[in-house]
Amino acid sequence: MKPAKFDYVVPRTLEEATAALATANGDGKILAGGQSLVPMLNFRLLKPALLVDINRIPGLAFIEEEPQAIRVGALTRHRQLETSPMIARHLPVLSEAMKHVAHLAIRNRGTIGGSLAHADPAAELPMLARLLDAELVIASRSGTRRVAAGDFFKDALTVDLTDDDIVTEIALPKLTQGTGWGFEEVSRRAGDFALAATAVTIGVTDGAVSEARIAVTGVGSKPLRISEAEALLVGHAPNAELIAEVSTLVRALVEPNTDLHASAGYRRHLIGVLVGRALDAAWRRAHGDLQRRTL
Amino acid sequence: MTDRRSIKVTVNSEVHEHDVEPRLLLSDFLRSTLGLTGTHVGCEHGVCGACTVMVDGDSVRSCLMFAVQADGCRIETVEGLGAIGSLNRLQQSFHEHHALQCGFCTPGMLVTATDLMNKYPLATDEEIRKGLSGNLCRCTGYQHIVQAVRAVVGKESGR
Repeated sequence: MKPAKFDYVVPRTLEEATAALATANGDGKILAGGQSLVPMLNFRLLKPALLVDINRIPGLAFIEEEPQAIRVGALTRHRQLETSPMIARHLPVLSEAMKHVAHLAIRNRGTIGGSLAHADPAAELPMLARLLDAELVIASRSGTRRVAAGDFFKDALTVDLTDDDIVTEIALPKLTQGTGWGFEEVSRRAGDFALAATAVTIGVTDGAVSEARIAVTGVGSKPLRISEAEALLVGHAPNAELIAEVSTLVRALVEPNTDLHASAGYRRHLIGVLVGRALDAAWRRAHGDLQRRTL
Repeated sequence: MTDRRSIKVTVNSEVHEHDVEPRLLLSDFLRSTLGLTGTHVGCEHGVCGACTVMVDGDSVRSCLMFAVQADGCRIETVEGLGAIGSLNRLQQSFHEHHALQCGFCTPGMLVTATDLMNKYPLATDEEIRKGLSGNLCRCTGYQHIVQAVRAVVGKESGR
């Protein structure tokens, strides 16, 4: 199908963009990469009165290093994240995740800001934002605010954005040297949304886990951190029994849906397996030895 | 507000100026306005890959972009890759390896494979398969498509 009629503006500044959104009284949409929005327009699931195309606003696409964090402009394309040496060095788990984000033609257009604002409940980037404790910078006519990823995602396709809000930047705290990480995803076809996926990090001090982070997606209405499972790991050197215990707990705490691709029961089983594999990889990476079999 | 916007795009090295409705998809602009029907439209929601074209050197789904967004851009479609009688190496390889049956997916396969060859080493067939996974061939003729791409990559890397 074809999209319904809309008005179309191409602002050159953020101020123009937020002002244009405000005039639409809630009936405006931001057009960034368009890889989620345009299908919905084509299907006429959405019929906004106004599209605000932010692609020609300068200064919204960048990857910059700060002492503690990597700042990523909201209009940065997935392909830039995938190929950034700075991301590979400081956030290798994100580089790995980007390999699973859609297909090349979509990675060429899709943006990090768009993916986070869209908040598909099976997408990789919202999960990575949760894992890495990202902070989103959001501009509106009334100024700029910063929102933690943990507060940003509310529900499926629902985030902490008002009508004239625009995500402008994402701050991703660097992983400290020696942090182990793991990423595991199962999808029906390479590049499709996950049936279930997980990303984890492990900090190790004196042979035991000092900090653990476990994020999951595809198994609920929004990406989750499983803090109860993270706590199980701290203070221990994980072995097969402990990993099994963590997997069991993760399975108990997620609420996956059944759809035509997989049943809730399958997704629940799967996420436990994937978390186990990811923790195994993270533990071995933390020891600088991905070859070593610990579990 | 005006209903139509004036755009200027370079398609296969030819400059075109047209007034378009903002909701006109790039795929429909190429096919209906310019008559370049080599670009095929399958699903119209970014899943099948048949409408893939190059915009400023990157493969994109032309059904997920509006023509108005392409103002000032350089676009290449399958017609720009080669022509009957002067196929480029990839097209020739598709011909030699019987990499098309009905031909519907072929333009998207060719453009996607072109971008993949520009950006990835494609050292293994697995990598080629993964790279083409966003393009559907409903004849399921994937094996020959992978072989056709492999033959070109192999030649280019001297293997």
